Amino acid sequence: MAVDDRFAFQAQETGEDEVPGTRSEIITGPVTDWATDFSHLEPEWSADPYPIQDDLRQRCPIARTERFGGAWLPTRYEDVAAIAYDTEHFSSRSIILSNFRPPRELAPIGGSPPISSDPPFHHEARKLLLPAFTKKTVARCEPATRAFCHSLIDSLAGRDVVDAAHDYAQHIPVRVIADMLGFPPEDGPQFREFVEDLLEGINLPPDDRIERVSRLFDYLLAQVHDHLDRPRDDLTTYLINAELYGRKLDPSVVTGAMALLLIAGIDTSWSAIGASLWHLAKTPGDRERLVAEPGLLPTAMEEFLRVYAPVTMARLVKQDLHWHGVDMKAEDWILLSFPAANRDPAQFDQAGEVVIDREVNRHAAFGLGIHRCVGSHLARMELRVALEVWLERIPAFALDDPGGVTWSAGQIRGPRTLPLRIG
Amino acid sequence: MKVQINPGLCQGHGRCYDLAPGLFRDDDEGYGQVLSDGAVPPEAERDARLAALNCPERAVELLEER
Repeated sequence: MAVDDRFAFQAQETGEDEVPGTRSEIITGPVTDWATDFSHLEPEWSADPYPIQDDLRQRCPIARTERFGGAWLPTRYEDVAAIAYDTEHFSSRSIILSNFRPPRELAPIGGSPPISSDPPFHHEARKLLLPAFTKKTVARCEPATRAFCHSLIDSLAGRDVVDAAHDYAQHIPVRVIADMLGFPPEDGPQFREFVEDLLEGINLPPDDRIERVSRLFDYLLAQVHDHLDRPRDDLTTYLINAELYGRKLDPSVVTGAMALLLIAGIDTSWSAIGASLWHLAKTPGDRERLVAEPGLLPTAMEEFLRVYAPVTMARLVKQDLHWHGVDMKAEDWILLSFPAANRDPAQFDQAGEVVIDREVNRHAAFGLGIHRCVGSHLARMELRVALEVWLERIPAFALDDPGGVTWSAGQIRGPRTLPLRIG
Repeated sequence: MKVQINPGLCQGHGRCYDLAPGLFRDDDEGYGQVLSDGAVPPEAERDARLAALNCPERAVELLEER
């Protein structure tokens, strides 16, 4: 077999050269006014962003900050949807808002296609991934996921208090995505670090962040080589062999897509599972009803996804534009808050309430438009199975220490410490 | 009643084939497709409405006949 020399370069070949892009001043500290100085990285937002978003939606529906080199935060469903649909004015070149803007030449592919891609490249790159993530395809992972959830519950035996975020929720997506990509399951703890490096620590110096990102890509490249040596039936081998425009993929597209699947698949589902368990732990009526009526779970799950939507995305403004009453400048960030959209009273009755039998629920937890979460069917399977197994095995549980619950910082929101009394 | 999917709007969220598997299915990329000719038997009208009302992209269209 011919050697695949696409991956012959060394990952660290950029060496000490500065990575091109625009760095902005790092501004941290308490927010003075959320309408003019918002920051999704401050503890007040992490602890409870919803009152802030509700207040902004009333008095300043497209909030502004000078932090991060300039950013906007729309909180109305209508505005979030309009930006999600408008790929002509808003680029996905970088979807994590930080103090570093990658160079414009990175568009339309971006660093982690297809989430970071714009049309027309986006469509082709996404088409490659879609068949691997249909409802039918991910259903094949369900028996193993269910067995794994049971083994996690088995491991809690004999304990009265457990950390449901750390001991249960986080392990499920890690195992599922490692299996799909064909990575060793024992590397799971490393994936956690990669995710933290990319999604949290946004206000670290950009060069620190770049260094952390290169650790991830070193790992991915090693996995690519392992799969070149020993091809197998998994997503990594699939991406290595996939063709776009009649040619095999550029190595950066292969590792970029692998990075996306690894990073985007973990924190998100972990957060959704954890937030759902958090809600049920503090709402005995809902918990008892779901235990008594397991058939309601698919409906309840959609409500958890609406009201505790874990994912916020970002866009970059392509050119100066006057948009819905504000003057946006080229390269301004947009913090695209699907969680805020999901609580807009103009779109949802009882928007701030958790209604577990809500039948009409046109929420945007998985995004809207061409970037609809490619893993949404996988995420729904994981969330459903995780909750089914938990409720079956541990029907009675409660928050052990409401003050001890901690939440992640940044664009993916979910509980990171969730002490539950189960015995 | 008939249902149809606007393929220009569908993004493959799959709410229609989740909620009304008797009326919709997914294609190989996860996009929704209408089964048969889209005619909705009276007992499936509630499912059809749920599918339309839950589609995040408003891609599921109901054609009501009188």
